[in-house]
Amino acid sequence: MNLKLRIWRQKNADTPGHFVEHDAPNVTPDMSFLELLDTVNEELTLQGKEPIAFDSDCREGICGMCSLVINGIPHGHIKGTTVCQLHLRHFQDGQTITVEPWRARPFPVIKDLIVDRGAFDRIIQAGGYISVSTGQAIEGNALPIPKDTAELAMDAAACIGCGACVAVCKNASAALFVAAKVSHLALLPQGQRERERRVWHMVKAMDAAGFGSCSNTSACEAVCPKSISVEFIGRMNREYMKSLIKAQFKNT
Amino acid sequence: MKLEAKIPSGPLEKKWDRYRLEMKLVSPANKRKFEVIVVGTGLAGASAAASLAELGYRVRCFCFQDSPRRAHSIAAQGGINAAKNYQNDGDSVYRLFYDTIKGGDFRSREANVYRLAQVSSNIIDQCVAQGVPFAREYGGLLANRSFGGAQVSRTFYARGQTGQQLLLGAYQALCRQIALGQIEMHPRTEMLELVVVGGHAKGIVVRDLVSGQVTSHAGDAVVLATGGYSNVFFLSTNAKGCNVSANYRAYKKGAAFANPCYTQIHPTCIPVSGEHQSKLTLMSESLRNDGRVWVPKRPGDNRPVGQIPEDERDYYLERKYPSYGNLAPRDISSRAAKEVCDQGRGVGPGGRGVYLDFADAIRRSGENTIRERYGNLFEMYERITGENAYATPMRIYPAVHYAMGGLWVDYELMSSLPGLFVIGEANFSDHGANRLGASALMQGLGDGYFILPYTIGNYFAHCSQPRPAASHPEFRLAEAAVKERTHKFLSIRGRRTVSSIHRDLGHLLWEKCGMARNEASLKEALEKIPAIRQEFWENIIVPGESTEINQALEYAGRVADFLEFAELLCTDALMRRESCGGHFRTEFQTPDGEALRNDAEFAYVAAWEHQGEGRPPLLHKEPLVYEELKMMQRSYK
Ligand SMILES: Cc1cc2nc3c(=O)[nH]c(=O)nc-3n(C[C@H](O)[C@H](O)[C@H](O)COP(=O)(O)OP(=O)(O)OC[C@H]3O[C@@H](n4cnc5c(N)ncnc54)[C@H](O)[C@@H]3O)c2cc1C
Ligand code: FES
Repeated sequence: MNLKLRIWRQKNADTPGHFVEHDAPNVTPDMSFLELLDTVNEELTLQGKEPIAFDSDCREGICGMCSLVINGIPHGHIKGTTVCQLHLRHFQDGQTITVEPWRARPFPVIKDLIVDRGAFDRIIQAGGYISVSTGQAIEGNALPIPKDTAELAMDAAACIGCGACVAVCKNASAALFVAAKVSHLALLPQGQRERERRVWHMVKAMDAAGFGSCSNTSACEAVCPKSISVEFIGRMNREYMKSLIKAQFKNT
Repeated sequence: MKLEAKIPSGPLEKKWDRYRLEMKLVSPANKRKFEVIVVGTGLAGASAAASLAELGYRVRCFCFQDSPRRAHSIAAQGGINAAKNYQNDGDSVYRLFYDTIKGGDFRSREANVYRLAQVSSNIIDQCVAQGVPFAREYGGLLANRSFGGAQVSRTFYARGQTGQQLLLGAYQALCRQIALGQIEMHPRTEMLELVVVGGHAKGIVVRDLVSGQVTSHAGDAVVLATGGYSNVFFLSTNAKGCNVSANYRAYKKGAAFANPCYTQIHPTCIPVSGEHQSKLTLMSESLRNDGRVWVPKRPGDNRPVGQIPEDERDYYLERKYPSYGNLAPRDISSRAAKEVCDQGRGVGPGGRGVYLDFADAIRRSGENTIRERYGNLFEMYERITGENAYATPMRIYPAVHYAMGGLWVDYELMSSLPGLFVIGEANFSDHGANRLGASALMQGLGDGYFILPYTIGNYFAHCSQPRPAASHPEFRLAEAAVKERTHKFLSIRGRRTVSSIHRDLGHLLWEKCGMARNEASLKEALEKIPAIRQEFWENIIVPGESTEINQALEYAGRVADFLEFAELLCTDALMRRESCGGHFRTEFQTPDGEALRNDAEFAYVAAWEHQGEGRPPLLHKEPLVYEELKMMQRSYK
C-alpha cells in the first residue's frame, strides 16, 4: 500500500515547527506504524536528510516511550493500543496521515515528535510511592489482600505513563495519570499510612507542573492504551478531599 | 589478569551468612562520603540505586530513556521465581538452587546460585511491601503459576505485566530517594566511556542525549546495570535501545567478558512477518502452561488447522519429553521447534512457525478462565497478527531473547576491574548456559536489593584508591576519545544506513551462530564480521549534528560496539567445543539430538581479556568446582 504522511518537524524547543510531507510508497499492512517511520527514515538518511526524531523503545506497548498523535488522536484511532502496536492494516491505501507530537504545555517539544515528560517523574517523586526501605518488609503472606482489591489496584497500576491522557485533554490535565497512581496505592493496605500525605503532595506537584484541571470529558480514558477508567479520577478526588481535612502534614 | 571468584569457604548454605559476618562495614556517618555511579535503571539498577541511597550513600544514576521507569525490564511478562513453597508442593531454597543449576546445564557457580535462591523470598516480601499488585487467590494470599524447567509452582506474577509492576516498585523507591536528595538522576544520558584511575573504576563519561554535551562523572565505584546484548542479532525480543556498549567499553578498559556465546533463544515468539520487521515480540512462556505445541505429522501439510485430525498432529514436546511436556526448558523447546521446521513441518508463511494451541485448555477450563490468565497476551497477539487465538492456535517461533553471558564478576559482583560492579543481565553470574523462565527478574532484584548493597561496602572499607576529581587527566582523555568517535561517525558520509548494516550483522549471526552452531559456520562468521565492520566504518551515513538530539548518532555508537562484540561472541562459541544449554554445537550432540557437554574439558567460565586493538582476546578460565552437586546429563524426559 501507499501512504502520504504529514509530519511535524521541529529542530528544537526554541525553534518553531511546521508540517513536512513525506511519501511512504510500498509499505505493507503487517507493518507497525513505527516501522513505517523507520522506513521513511531510512529513505531520508540515504538522501542525506535528517531522519524524523521520535521516541520508542519496547515496541510492544508497555514502556510508554512512544508518543505520537495520529490524525488528531494520541496513539491513533484503535482503542487500547499504543502507536508502536498500531499496524498499517488499520489504514487505507492512499490515505494521508498526520503525525504530531503530544501537545501540552507541561510537555514541551524538544525535537520533531519528541517531548519532555519529566513532569510525570516529578509527580511520582512528590509522593507516588510507599515508604519502605529495603529490608523492612514483613512476610508477603502476612498481609492478605482480597483478590478483588488486588485486581482493582492492578487495573490502576497498569498505567504506562505515556501521557496520552494529557495530550488528548483540552486542559492538558494529568488527572488520569495521577489518579491511577493514587488509586493503586490507596487501595492496598500497604499504602494506608501515607494515604492522605501522598495524594496531597502529588496533586500539588501536578498543579505546580502546569497541568490543567479535569473537566470530566473522559477523553483520556478513550485514548488510554491501557483503558484506565476515569472512575479512578473520582476516587482521587475523594482521597484529595479527605486529605484536606487532615492538615497536619502539609508543610512537610 | 587474575580471576579470583572469592567464594567463601564452608558449607554451601552458610557461605552467604559467613560472608556477611566477615565483611567489613562502612559506618553510617562514613557512608555519605562515598559516591556511587549507577548506570541503568532496570530492575537491577533501580533497586540498587534506591537501596544504596537508603543506606546513606550518595548516588548518581543514569539511563538513556526519558524516564527511569522505561528501562527494558518493564517488558517482562511472565513472572518472578521465589522459593516460598506457598503451594506446599515441595519447593525449597535447595530445590530452586538445584533447578537453576540444572537448567543452566551445570555451567554456573554453585555459591552464587544458592545465594540467589536464599534471597528470593525476601524479594517477594519487599515487592509486596512496596505495593506491587501480585496476583492473589480468593483467600487474599499470593498466587503462583508454574514455568518452564520446574515441577513446582513458584512463579509470582502480576497479570502478564510482572516486569512492569516490579520495575514500578523499584522506580518508586528510586523516586523517593531522588526527592530526598540522595540520588541525582540523569535520564536521556548515555554512558560512552568508563574511566579507570590507579587501576580502579572511578567514573564515566556520558553524552547528554538532548544537548549533545559530553561530561565526566567521578565516583568511588561504578555499577553497571545496563542489561543484555541480544540486539547484537538485530532481531530479538529486547527493546530497540538495548545494547552492549557500556559493557563493551568496560571490557576495553580491562573488565573480563564472560561466556559471551551463551545466548538464549526463547521458544514462544511471534514469527517474523517481513523485511521491515524492527523487533520480535515475545509471547510469555507462561502460555505453555495451558497451550499445547504441535505441528502436522506430515511435511508440507498446509491444510487449515481445523482440517488436521488429532492423529495427524505431532505434539512433539509431549512426545519427546513426557514428564515436562510443553514446559521443557527454553533451549530444548527452541531447538525442537527448529528441528520440526527444518523437516518441512513448520506452519504459517515461510514455514517458520509451530502451533501453540489452547483448544484443550478452553474446553477444560472455559474461555473466561483462559482470558483471565492470559487476556492481555491474546490481545497482543491479535494486535500484531490480526488473528484471534481463542479461535485458532497461535503461531510461534523461537527468537533471541536473553544474554546469559556478560561481564565477569566475582562473588561480590565485582568485575575483574576493582571498583566496577556489574548487576542484572549485564553480568554473567547465575544462569550458566541457560536461564530458566522467571529467574532474570529474581536475579536483577536479588543483586540490586540484597547483594550489592552489602558487597559494595566491603570494597569501600578496603579501598585505598580515593575518588578522583572529574577534572583528572584520565577523564579528559576519555572525553576526547568520545568526541573523536562522534566526529568520525558524522564525517563518514557514506551510502549505507546504520540499520542496514546492523541487519547484515544480525542476519549473519542468526544463521551462523544462532540456535545451532558449528566450527564451519563460526569460522565463516568470523571471516565475514570484519568485512561488515569495515563497510560500517567506510560507508555509513549519519546525518545531523552532535550538539542536538541525534538518534542516528546514538545508534551508530551502539552498532559500532556490536560489530566488535560479535567477533568476541563467535570466538567464544568456536572455542567451546561442547554443547551446553543455549550453546548448541551440532558436532556435539547425543544420538537423539540433545546437547552433549564435555565436563572434562569445558567445566569452566570462559573470561576474555581485551589485549588491545587488532590483537586477539586472551582467554582466562575459571574452573567450576562443584562441591554440592554432581554434574550430570540433563534430562527432561
Ligand atoms: C519481552 C521480555 C520478557 C521477559 N520476561 C521475563 C519474565 O517473565 N521473567 C523474567 O525473570 N525475566 C524476563 N525477561 C528478562 C528480564 O526482563 C531481563 O533480563 C531483565 O529485566 C534485565 O534487567 P536489567 O535491570 O539487568 O536491565 P534492563 O532492564 O535492560 O535495564 C538496562 C538499563 O540500562 C540503561 N542503559 C543501558 N546502556 C546504557 C548506557 N550506555 N548508558 C546509560 N544507560 C544505559 C537503560 O537505560 C536501562 O535503564 C524478559 C525479557 C524480555 C525481553
Ligand atoms: S515503544 Fe514502548 S510502548 Fe510503544
